[in-house]
Amino acid sequence: MTSCVQCIEYLMVFIMIAAAVFAVEWRDLLAAVVGMAAVSLVASILFFFLQAPDVAMTEAAIGAAMSAAVFIFAIKRTQRYETEEEEKPGWWVRW
Amino acid sequence: MVMKRALAILTILLIGYWIALALSHVPFGADKMLVGQYYLNHVKAQTGAVNAVTAVVVNYRGFDTLGEVTVLFIASTGVAALLWRKKRKRTAKTEGSVVLTTGSRLLFPFIVLFGGYIFIHGHLTPGGGFPGGATIATAFLMLYLAFSVYEIPHKGFEITEGLAGMGYVTVGLIGLAIGSYFLFDWIWQSWGWGHSNIGRLFSAGFIPVIYTIIGIKVGTELSGIVDSMVKEGGE
Repeated sequence: MTSCVQCIEYLMVFIMIAAAVFAVEWRDLLAAVVGMAAVSLVASILFFFLQAPDVAMTEAAIGAAMSAAVFIFAIKRTQRYETEEEEKPGWWVRW
Repeated sequence: MVMKRALAILTILLIGYWIALALSHVPFGADKMLVGQYYLNHVKAQTGAVNAVTAVVVNYRGFDTLGEVTVLFIASTGVAALLWRKKRKRTAKTEGSVVLTTGSRLLFPFIVLFGGYIFIHGHLTPGGGFPGGATIATAFLMLYLAFSVYEIPHKGFEITEGLAGMGYVTVGLIGLAIGSYFLFDWIWQSWGWGHSNIGRLFSAGFIPVIYTIIGIKVGTELSGIVDSMVKEGGE
């Protein structure tokens, strides 16, 4: 039974990493914010699995809801798509 | 240029060597935190809280928490100051859909109730003032998203926030007057209230009082931040 729970944990970590990579790579900033919120949401579920429900609540409220909303308001005031920069360092520099 | 870079690399290597030297004396995996065990052994007798995390945050490290609340207040003030315009109003063009408006109208009291539950029961269950306040702020955020003309009652929120901030310091100052130091737990240690019902709502000295104050303050403050982010200034 425990191995099954561990499978879910591995799956969640994988989703988290994928969402984080997408949040960095996506040109559509709105989609990137959704990716960032997904990282926070999965992190909050993982905190719950790790028996820290208070941290999970804070992460869900602040990370997934409030900070995503603040980013979306900022995007609404500026522009939605990332523009091409003059000099583009490769992905290994940005990571 | 090369000289400068070489000097920087040398400095980093030197600092890294020192840190590695210091860390090499710490045995890996051994439990060196004596203070944590002390808290776990004495938390019920000294503070009356069942939730040891809350006892550490509010009681043993209450002064730090006052600093955190101050940091949040400064952040909220900074956002309001940066985005300040003479005339500010909501600029949303489309009204929310029926599902969104009805759903948020239905869910709003329950989210606020859940936030209040989190901070009122902070000494019994996981959570406390900061998660509870953030939950309440998300309820107001939902109202902002659903209704294109909604605004929080500014006057009331500002007065509540100020009173909550002053209330925290007042509780601490009463502790200074009764006991010996700032944020002395006067309800638990001097008056001895709630010694017989540890694990129930009316226990744990001033922890529920302070966490209620913090919850109200964080909720109003984050709602204010959302408000100043949403509204746009007319030219």
